[in-house]
Amino acid sequence: MKISYNWIKEYLDLDVKPADLAEKIERTSVEVDDVVTPSAGLKKIVVGHVLSVEAHPDSDHLHICQVDVGEDDPLQIVCGAPNIAKGQMVIVALPGSRIADNVKIKKSKMRGVPSAGMICALQEIGFSDDVVPKEYVDGIYVLPADATPGDDVYDYLGMNDSLIDLDVTPNRGDMLSLNGTLRDLAAIYDKPVTLDQPEVKETGDAIADQLMIHADADLAPQYRMRLVKQVKIAPSPMWLQIRLWNAGYRPINNVVDITNYIMLKYGQPLHAFDYDKFAGQDVYVRNAKAGEKLTTLDEGEHDLDDHDIVIADDQAPIALAGVMGGLTTSITDETTTVAIEAAVFEHDHIRKAAQRHNLHTDASQRFERGVNRAGVQDALDAAAEMMTDLADGAVQTGTAVGSDNVPEPAVIPLSLTHVNAVLGTDLELAKVVHILESLGFKVVTAGEDMTVTVPIRRNDIHIPADLLEEIARIYGYDELPTTLPTGRMTMGTLTSAQKLMRATRHSLEGLGLNQAISYALTTADKAKMFMMHSSEETNLAWPMSVDHAVLRMNVVTGLLDDIAYNTARKVKDVALYEQGRVFYREDGNDRPSEEEHIAGAITGTLMPAGWNQPAKDVDFYQIKGIVEAYLKDMAINGDVTYEANTDMPEMHPGRTADILVHGHRIGFMGQVHPTTAKKFKIGATYVFELNLQAIIDMPKQENQYDVISRYPAITRDIAMLVPDEVTNDQIVALIEKRGGAFLQSVKLFDVYDGVKVPKGKKSLAYTLTYQDKHETLVDDAVTQAFEKVEKRLQDDLGAEIR
Amino acid sequence: MSLKDKLDELHQRGLAEIKKSTDLKDVNQVRVSLLGKKGPITEVLRGMRDLDAEERPKVGAFANEIRDDLTAALAKRREELENAILNARLANEKIDVTLPGTPVAKGEPHVIQQIIDQIEDLFLGMGYQVLSGPEVEEDKYNFEMMNLPKNHPARDMQDTFYITKEILMRTQTSPMQARTLEKHDFSQGPLKMISPGVVYRRDTDDPTHSHQFHQVEGLVIDKHITMADLKGTLQVLAHELFGDKFDVRLRPSYFPFTEPSVEADITCFNCGGKGCNVCKNTGWIEVLGAGMVHPNVLKMAGVDPDVYGGFAFGVGPDRFAMLKYGVDDIRNFYLNDVRFLTQFTKKG
Ligand SMILES: [Zn+2]
Repeated sequence: MKISYNWIKEYLDLDVKPADLAEKIERTSVEVDDVVTPSAGLKKIVVGHVLSVEAHPDSDHLHICQVDVGEDDPLQIVCGAPNIAKGQMVIVALPGSRIADNVKIKKSKMRGVPSAGMICALQEIGFSDDVVPKEYVDGIYVLPADATPGDDVYDYLGMNDSLIDLDVTPNRGDMLSLNGTLRDLAAIYDKPVTLDQPEVKETGDAIADQLMIHADADLAPQYRMRLVKQVKIAPSPMWLQIRLWNAGYRPINNVVDITNYIMLKYGQPLHAFDYDKFAGQDVYVRNAKAGEKLTTLDEGEHDLDDHDIVIADDQAPIALAGVMGGLTTSITDETTTVAIEAAVFEHDHIRKAAQRHNLHTDASQRFERGVNRAGVQDALDAAAEMMTDLADGAVQTGTAVGSDNVPEPAVIPLSLTHVNAVLGTDLELAKVVHILESLGFKVVTAGEDMTVTVPIRRNDIHIPADLLEEIARIYGYDELPTTLPTGRMTMGTLTSAQKLMRATRHSLEGLGLNQAISYALTTADKAKMFMMHSSEETNLAWPMSVDHAVLRMNVVTGLLDDIAYNTARKVKDVALYEQGRVFYREDGNDRPSEEEHIAGAITGTLMPAGWNQPAKDVDFYQIKGIVEAYLKDMAINGDVTYEANTDMPEMHPGRTADILVHGHRIGFMGQVHPTTAKKFKIGATYVFELNLQAIIDMPKQENQYDVISRYPAITRDIAMLVPDEVTNDQIVALIEKRGGAFLQSVKLFDVYDGVKVPKGKKSLAYTLTYQDKHETLVDDAVTQAFEKVEKRLQDDLGAEIR
Repeated sequence: MSLKDKLDELHQRGLAEIKKSTDLKDVNQVRVSLLGKKGPITEVLRGMRDLDAEERPKVGAFANEIRDDLTAALAKRREELENAILNARLANEKIDVTLPGTPVAKGEPHVIQQIIDQIEDLFLGMGYQVLSGPEVEEDKYNFEMMNLPKNHPARDMQDTFYITKEILMRTQTSPMQARTLEKHDFSQGPLKMISPGVVYRRDTDDPTHSHQFHQVEGLVIDKHITMADLKGTLQVLAHELFGDKFDVRLRPSYFPFTEPSVEADITCFNCGGKGCNVCKNTGWIEVLGAGMVHPNVLKMAGVDPDVYGGFAFGVGPDRFAMLKYGVDDIRNFYLNDVRFLTQFTKKG
């Protein structure tokens, strides 16, 4: 809501600049989006009197005008506006002036004719299209005839006012009005404010003979109408038009403008009906019936159902209650009798109606937040009285009341001790009472106990905590002390799961992978790739796009998306890991279970190439090295093994392994299937994904000290030819099993599968290290053990020792 | 010539030869020729047999003295020559120390993770627990127990991804507050917790909006927690994340789960509080929402609001990172361009 600084000053004696006032409101009341003075940045824009208008000889739409701008000689200005006419008072941008958007106006020639400046439309001096009166939208604006040529135009158009744009939170419906703002400012500045309330002069017949309202008080706790006859529809006076366009409303005609003006002043939405268009004299506030239709003021057609509240006459709905009026009963230039509606509708209905019909209006916004149920008649009277003043209307006697349901005011007990205990302050009773009273609350004290009665207009205040907020903000948050919680000590420690997750990240970063955070919502396809076990997918009910519609059941695809993003930007070497949740759902459950996973993906080279180090593309064994090192860091108490997996559809069938602990599968790793990689538009990529939750849950080995033997170790190398299908794991397992008591380690140091070995065979070479912790080993003992192993390799695995 | 004179002469000649030697081979030859078993000094000493018993020890001592001196001279010369050789070799080994070092593989934590870790560490130090809850939540915990009953207008403030009518992607990490409050045993001490995590909103991704982002909610409930404590806690947070020069101010706001509710602003990074276009000339930037926990929230979780109370706050690490580093597009956090990820390398 844009609120006028000048309007505020009419009621409150404030000695602050607009920017300071805005700052104060923001610090004490509601957020301020900005403060704008419409004339700011404009220069040399004055009133001009059009003395003559001639057609331009070389143009069918330009006119050559002589314009008096208060100087000795008139200016010749070429103007293309269709509505230019002799005798008009117009807005002239003089040579050297600056108009909207910082555009400078210079002397120029238009089709050969010199033009000293420009005659302006309102939009050209910064008005939004939405607020320019309809008749001037496509042409220049015509100022009142009593304007003085040569004067700056700003005051004529209200442009020297400052407009404070309030971003009102949902609880402060009362701030969506001048009166509400004034009441808050009165408390903030601790100044008195008197709000004017005009007397209505009733001159016509009794309304009861002309209008009967039948309102359902559950739908509309307040529903009232006044009738104003003999109304003359005309443009509003300038001051009213200025109030409206400065608040962001387009002036339309006196009757409609009055309803908007009263809404701005009182916060009470009003609607003006053309009474003569009613079918009959009865007005109903009721639920719509299925099948009913309504065309609203904006010419939108709406199918109604029984959730909607409508205003109806004897035949059909005439308004969508609290949202927008209907077209058939709207005010036109021919209207002579106006029925003014002032009502309060049930906020929940209005909110849903506005959503259902996608019609969010200033009225619906106010009803959703709650309108002052005790102020309906005041607003209605003020509107009726203005229609007498500005449209020569005759207000009929009495108000037609369809419902009159005013809630009891909130009466809230509050103790001074509680105030100070919650705010951390040391306020005195008198101070607290004064703050509450300055807001218009009634306070009765008994010792330190207060009983606070809250005016109905403040429908956001129900409990002591609400009062604490009022006290705190008016007292000033800057005045609160700055302390830290005291009381019983608590320990702040991470859980072992949290520690492990941190360790996981540090480990993988140490191994060269950058942490990525990808989207957990993905496409239906990607959500179910690289699955570690079967699961139902979990879909959003109303996704924004197919790209983010399904919850992921793997982390790898997010990383592949990231790699694709990098690849598309010519970043070739990408090494990423991500720790995050996957979402598995069992059939029949609405809610998925969440499992922590850890995944990595590398494309290009992990070790960056340098002038002394060639680039080496990532391969299976590099990603395996990372997984091994990471799992070593996690110190899982159990055998980690790797088994070829030829069956994952998204993975290379010959270069994929399952990762197992004690035979239990906790993840996979390997090369992404080239077909999958192609789909993602990425090159050769190696990935792993592990069930981090499983790692968290597994028993761990504690670090322990092992004496380093003082006795020398003896090594023996063994090279052998084995059939291709014999795996390293088999060989190492056999050596370890048969290696004897002193075998300390088996280390593979060479693999050869080239032309120098027979087809179907490969050559592997290992270093075996023997050591006795208690004495120096004798060579013979080692030789004996070694020969045993050689024999077993030959017998059990068909190895040829070389 | 007496033996002594002979020794003198040998001494002088030996020293001269040592001085003349130009490489280690020479030095070795000189050593062998002077001090070897067939060398002149041995020869001279052999002649001592002919001396008086009285003379013998004197000459013997003298001969030893000369031999020691020559041995020392040889060692010295050897060292000189060795040093010269080493220096020559080292001179040859000179490299261009300005060539870049050999690259190593090194990964970086995500900038948002860094901020979350920093917040966690700060609050751990103040005795808070870190708790993380489910990302797919029940409407009950995400909204209802946060004092946002169905049809509450403020639900529109947080457009939500629903899965079913009752199941949704959490829009905030505060559901964990309700879950923890329900379970907490206050006889064991106050509840002090933060819950960091990913949250989701029905937003179209653009430079300032992301359908996925992060939040860290904080909650303290005890018998005597004040709004001044909230102010102090937020001040500590601002100082930790941004530096001691940053001030915090509170402004009224509205959240259904707190009352009073405040927004907290901190001193503008860009202008230090003087006013600029980043802070819309206010000198302040809005960074988080907070407030005193609404009695309804406590009541719904089975905590007596007449006895217990406290504060809650919610901060957005994404927004913090954007402000702190001037990141102009929130999507950078989720697209994982390596050139972005590797910009935030400062540790500690
Ligand atoms: Zn600034």
